[in-house]
Amino acid sequence: MIAELGLGLLWLAAGLAVLQFFLGAIALRMKGRPDLGLAIQPVAVAQGLLAGLSFFALIYLFIVSDMSVKLVAANSHSEKPLLYKISGAWGNHEGSMLLWVTILSVAGGAIALVERRIREDTLIATLMAQGLTALGFYAFLLFSSNPFERLNPAPPEGNGLNPLLQDPGLAFHPPTLYLGYVGLSVAFSFAVGALLTRDVGPAFARAMRPWVLGAWAFLTIGITAGSYWAYYELGWGGWWFWDPVENASLMPWLAATALLHSVTVLATRDSLRAWTVMLAVVAFSMSMVGTFLVRSGILTSVHAFAVDPERGSFILALLLLYIGGALALFAFRISTVREGAQFDPVSREAALVLNNLLLTVILGVVLIGTLYPIVAQAMGQQISIGPPYFNPAAGSVALLLILAMAAGPLLRWRRDGFALLVRRLAVPVALGLGVLISVRVAAPDIGTLSWLGLTTAAVAGAASIAPLWRRSLKRTPLFTWGMVVAHFGVAVALAGMAADTAFMKERLVAVAEGGEADVGPFNVRLKAVTPVIGPNWTALEARIEARRGDSPPVVLRPQARHYMDPPTETSEAAITTLIDGQLYVVLGKVNEDGRWQLRLWWKPWVTLIWFGGILIALGGILALVGRLWRERRLPTRDDQ
Amino acid sequence: MKAKNQRLILAVFAAVAVVGAGLLAVSGLQEEAAFFYAPGDVEEQGLPGDRAVRLGGMVKEKSIRQDADGVTVHFIVEDGKAEVPVSFKGIVPDLFKENSGVVAEGKFQPNGLFVADNLLAKHDERYMPPELAGKMHKTNSLTQ
Repeated sequence: MIAELGLGLLWLAAGLAVLQFFLGAIALRMKGRPDLGLAIQPVAVAQGLLAGLSFFALIYLFIVSDMSVKLVAANSHSEKPLLYKISGAWGNHEGSMLLWVTILSVAGGAIALVERRIREDTLIATLMAQGLTALGFYAFLLFSSNPFERLNPAPPEGNGLNPLLQDPGLAFHPPTLYLGYVGLSVAFSFAVGALLTRDVGPAFARAMRPWVLGAWAFLTIGITAGSYWAYYELGWGGWWFWDPVENASLMPWLAATALLHSVTVLATRDSLRAWTVMLAVVAFSMSMVGTFLVRSGILTSVHAFAVDPERGSFILALLLLYIGGALALFAFRISTVREGAQFDPVSREAALVLNNLLLTVILGVVLIGTLYPIVAQAMGQQISIGPPYFNPAAGSVALLLILAMAAGPLLRWRRDGFALLVRRLAVPVALGLGVLISVRVAAPDIGTLSWLGLTTAAVAGAASIAPLWRRSLKRTPLFTWGMVVAHFGVAVALAGMAADTAFMKERLVAVAEGGEADVGPFNVRLKAVTPVIGPNWTALEARIEARRGDSPPVVLRPQARHYMDPPTETSEAAITTLIDGQLYVVLGKVNEDGRWQLRLWWKPWVTLIWFGGILIALGGILALVGRLWRERRLPTRDDQ
Repeated sequence: MKAKNQRLILAVFAAVAVVGAGLLAVSGLQEEAAFFYAPGDVEEQGLPGDRAVRLGGMVKEKSIRQDADGVTVHFIVEDGKAEVPVSFKGIVPDLFKENSGVVAEGKFQPNGLFVADNLLAKHDERYMPPELAGKMHKTNSLTQ
């Protein structure tokens, strides 16, 4: 019954999306009928509510383990812990697409409820665009990915969830990323709305900015969490693999980062109008490209649930339709968007343009590297693109970008002097030179990207806190704090990446029980290997004591696990976090002579990568709260 | 600077950035794209030289042996047409076994030995690297 209810709610929501689109279109045509336009707001709210209820119906079916629903039977198990029953609702293709469209509709409802500052016709056009976007994804769900499909007869028990996905951090990984992806859909709808009503200006930018900031903060959290998950769960000791699925989340982030900066220029200085609209289109396009890559089954990974070509073509068609439509609208309307305010080549605006250009280059490099193997495969050529391509190409541009990030906030809006900038950057650059010299002397044989990275991190770290210099910290606005924290986070993350790449020590050894090995400053001793039993797995667990100098030993317990349902082997790395890095141990196979294979890593300062990520996201949240607080007293439409 | 000029200059910069990204990507791809080889391809086309490639095929029966260090393995990858000796230092994946599919990432030595720095085996019952699925299909249909 609940399944039919959920499906019915979904059809109703889709119907309201149709209504939302036509109401908007008619209201924009018939300027004399304000009542039509006002009706679109309750429709958008109702559509969000219905989609949300439909999603809760699906979660309910997973909680009660209703095996007569195909999706539950295929992805759940009645013995699973509650958390994984709930997260199982979006740990599959259909459920995750329902989550996608639910967030999209709820976001549309939220715009209708809270947005009171932009012109009324722009709001109507925005909601119309949001309705049309949602409609495509409703059609996708209802016609090719129905999450509520019944199974007759119902099996007595479900198939279970991929053990790799049974992890508390991962339960919240997809919703976090989706909040980011779909938050960008709001920016997209605002851009389309403003183009339709020729209302590209600071008011539009201020309306869009909180959504961009929020989406960007969620994307940052999602990427950081995904990176840490891959690091400890896969047992390969790496934190970024340039896997297409990782790139699928990185590309919208890069576009959102550019958009976030240009939207601020538009809101503050009324420059970069066309540019900002274009970036909003590109950012959501990247979200859809990401969804397409992950959900179409083109890639084989834990993320790709569907291997159904019909679904892949459906998403591809939606993608081309929306991106193509938005670009066409852009091409037709952009000449009517007047030129914004002017600025000098040395100014805050110019630095932000440089930021946008460099982000665009990185985005291009990542996009081409991600899509090329797919295109090549379609032409019968099988290739793979990995770190040897991405690291130098994207890394070198990223270093330039981070240097620009160091300088940008120290420039004034509109016009500034180059000599003044040099003076303001003197301390950070001196610090960077100090790091450069000490690294080259102490460790002359580390890679180019590593020592450049350490130097850049020092310059950017010092420069990022410079905007607070000689300022009353109490009276510094919250959004300035947000910028400082986020920029400092970038420097921290870069320092972690460079330090880990430069100073990481790795050993691969075979030792008998009681034997020992050295890695970096540690002496590692394999005490014993014993079998252990978990709730739905059995494992061999090694007890390992690691000692640095005369300090007391730390104990690590890596496992080689065997999951029963579905039968899967996984390796659980043991990681000890110390102040200056992590010791990472993986238990391998046992050899015929009774020696155990151990893979040992000493990774100095590696945790800075994820601390940096958290700081970046925190900066985004501070900026969001700060902006909302500052703009709370701006006049609304109703006051006029 | 006149209004029209600034927009034009920005548009030119944007175009330069996009083209620059394309050029950077193309030059990187030419050097770093790892092509997929089956042992038969190596036989036909010769060694690919000193660049990273992927080698895929089946692990030959009774070809796996381990060095005295306990962590280096040697085995032979075959595809029904030819055989390639492979050496790998590391922990082999759980589903790496004889008569089973494998994709090795690494480089060929001038003497024809493939030194792998990563091995991908069937991840679970349902997973097979897409390249391998294609090649296996070809191989199977040839041997039938």
